[in-house]
Amino acid sequence: MENQGCSCAPINEEDLYPKIEEIINQHRGNQNALIMVLHKAQNLFGYLPGRVQEMVSLGLGVPLSEVYGVATFYAFFSMVPKGRHEIKVCLGTACYVRGGQKIVEYLEKGLGVRVGDTTKDRRFSLNEVRCVGACSLAPAVLVNDDVYAQVDPAKVDEILVKYE
Amino acid sequence: MVTLTIDGQKVQVEEGTTILEAARKVNVRIPTLCYLPEVQAIGACRVCLVEVEGNRNLQPACVFPASEGLVVHTNNLRVRRARKFSVEMIVSDHPMDDCLTCPRNQKCELQKLADDLGIREVKFTGEKSGGQIDDLSPSIVRDQTKCILCRRCVTVCKEVQTVSAIYTQGRGFKTRVEPAFGRSLNDVSCTLCGQCILVCPVGAITEKENIEEVWHAIFDPSKFVVIQDAPAVRAALGEEFGYPPGTLVTGKMLAAVRRLGFNRVFDTNFAADLTIIEEGSELLKRIREGGVLPMITSCSPGWIKFIEHFYPDLLPHLSTCKSPHQMLGALTKTYYAEKAGIDPRDIVVVSVMPCTAKKFECSRPEMAGSGYRDVDYVITTRELAKMIRQAGIDFAGLENGYYDDPLGEYTGAATIFGATGGVMEAALRTACEVATGKTLENLDFQAVRGLDGIKEAVVPVDGIGNVKVAVAHGLGNARKIMERIKDGTADYHFIEIMCCPGGCVSGGGQPVPVNDEIRRLRAQALYQEDKNLKIRKSHENPSIKRIYEEFLGQPLGEKSHHLLHTKYTARGRF
Ligand code: SF4
Ligand code: SF4
Ligand code: SF4
Ligand code: FES
Repeated sequence: MENQGCSCAPINEEDLYPKIEEIINQHRGNQNALIMVLHKAQNLFGYLPGRVQEMVSLGLGVPLSEVYGVATFYAFFSMVPKGRHEIKVCLGTACYVRGGQKIVEYLEKGLGVRVGDTTKDRRFSLNEVRCVGACSLAPAVLVNDDVYAQVDPAKVDEILVKYE
Repeated sequence: MVTLTIDGQKVQVEEGTTILEAARKVNVRIPTLCYLPEVQAIGACRVCLVEVEGNRNLQPACVFPASEGLVVHTNNLRVRRARKFSVEMIVSDHPMDDCLTCPRNQKCELQKLADDLGIREVKFTGEKSGGQIDDLSPSIVRDQTKCILCRRCVTVCKEVQTVSAIYTQGRGFKTRVEPAFGRSLNDVSCTLCGQCILVCPVGAITEKENIEEVWHAIFDPSKFVVIQDAPAVRAALGEEFGYPPGTLVTGKMLAAVRRLGFNRVFDTNFAADLTIIEEGSELLKRIREGGVLPMITSCSPGWIKFIEHFYPDLLPHLSTCKSPHQMLGALTKTYYAEKAGIDPRDIVVVSVMPCTAKKFECSRPEMAGSGYRDVDYVITTRELAKMIRQAGIDFAGLENGYYDDPLGEYTGAATIFGATGGVMEAALRTACEVATGKTLENLDFQAVRGLDGIKEAVVPVDGIGNVKVAVAHGLGNARKIMERIKDGTADYHFIEIMCCPGGCVSGGGQPVPVNDEIRRLRAQALYQEDKNLKIRKSHENPSIKRIYEEFLGQPLGEKSHHLLHTKYTARGRF
């Protein structure tokens, strides 16, 4: 399986701020544009840094508490940067019964993060998903778009080394 | 007008009236929780459900409009079951073991609701959504474990105060009401006004109590403990002891605090009179010397924190006068200490205030011009009531007490400081007479009284010309005036701003509940006291004349500058 990470230098977050500034400027003072602007910011940064939320608040004239309220309400916004690789452990019924939860615990311990978080080196983010339709392969783990079947803790280590 | 039937009784109401309001007309009180008159009707908690014939589902009475021919049932088995279910859901996520130790014990809407609906068991048990306790600010404690997510605080903070320090964060079981990024109120641009406390139906938002510290000072034989009270306190304290709103209890309050063991009882009103002299002189100086105008009052610390966060560029418009209780504290530890021969180090000044922001104010580093903290503790009206109850004092049975000299004498002008427009009216009484040397015929400036959000008046003053003034209360109205100053359309000389809607009579430290009717009644009590007082103009207060002769010298003089005036701090927007 190919490593999907690109070979270019990692994105420098600082370079993204002028871009989001420009987007905000297009909607200055327009409170109704909140979700749309947050969406663009999420796509740009991969998450919603605090500083970006403050810029959005000032730019659109929406109080910061409300920006954060909207950002934490919708599941597609995230408050932590996404890792270069996203691990998703399936916790649909079949996977759960066959040990999905154990894999989650093993990963949390091994990576030193909780579900929903990203490792300090931004290599992995860890998430749970509900049924990916691979019940016959339970328990299933996804890394980016790659599906791994009948995973157990021992197998997890083997899988992760492939992703830098 | 439309006619509808509620529980078999016909009732006529204006179109658009809600079923909830219509029901009151036929003496049916439908229970509510998230609904808050004048502030919020969102139909969220489903405690007010009623059966409306022709509708399959039960409907929330707080938002359902009355219409012609509607037939409503507010009390049948289906309605009872549904309301109970709504409350049982809330109760099952509530820390029920906490009632006995809760600051809202016996004054809690959830307790009352559970009792009114006859809830006798908790049907659903399981994990509770929990949450944190934020007690980092000097003024306010938020206990999320008790929050029932009614959003009343969110709405008052956003719509009335336009601060939006708090909002609903997250979703589902993990929904919380809190500032962005889970920060403490202490670390955001919250004004600590406590309006959210007044509207919270439960014990999820309360003042940070300083009762124990005050008891310790009282029982410390080495301490000389002085208490002072703001005018709004005497107009509301009675409500804590069963008196109807608007009952003035000055005499009983004074007797009570003496029994609590305070060594001296001074009156913040004395310093209110002093404020008029200092602030009035400052205004005249600015007008004559071309200083920054309009000048804005500075006695409301929630308002001060608001302008520091949201309009730091406009800080030069603020009068440099400290708020009256800070002035009185400073004078107690200098003028009075000297006179009485007491080491200021041994004096403890306690202020009873209608206000939670004043707890923050008294801890500001600059509030110690004499070398000692002006005020050591601020307690709210509610806390004073608690102390009186803790001491087992039978409030209703007390004889009238009195204030002590030399910081206890006050005028009618001072006492109306507690209502919106009062500072302005007091200032106008003095300005007109001092500037012209003539005696005013009519002391009542009706134009600046009442609950209109922004009030204006033009007062001709000999030697100056037409003085244009404005009065705003509630931070939403303050914001409107600030925007007008920014765009240059506020051509006033003097503006009074109070942080809390209605002024101090409905400050964040006052007894609950508060609504416009209660605001009006409390203000009326103060205007009545003003009317009954012999001296009604600050500059005629004999103790004020004396303190300038004996101690302060001139208004705006050297001593005043050190003890009575202050400076401000630009703070961050978030
Ligand atoms: S908020 Fe009300 S119900 Fe909850 S613990 Fe306090 S008094 Fe009891
Ligand atoms: S104290 Fe005032 S500003 Fe702060 S959260 Fe409560 S209502 Fe808002
Ligand atoms: S803190 Fe109080 S007012 Fe605010 S949502 Fe919770 S229960 Fe309602
Ligand atoms: S009071 Fe009507 S829904 Fe809450």
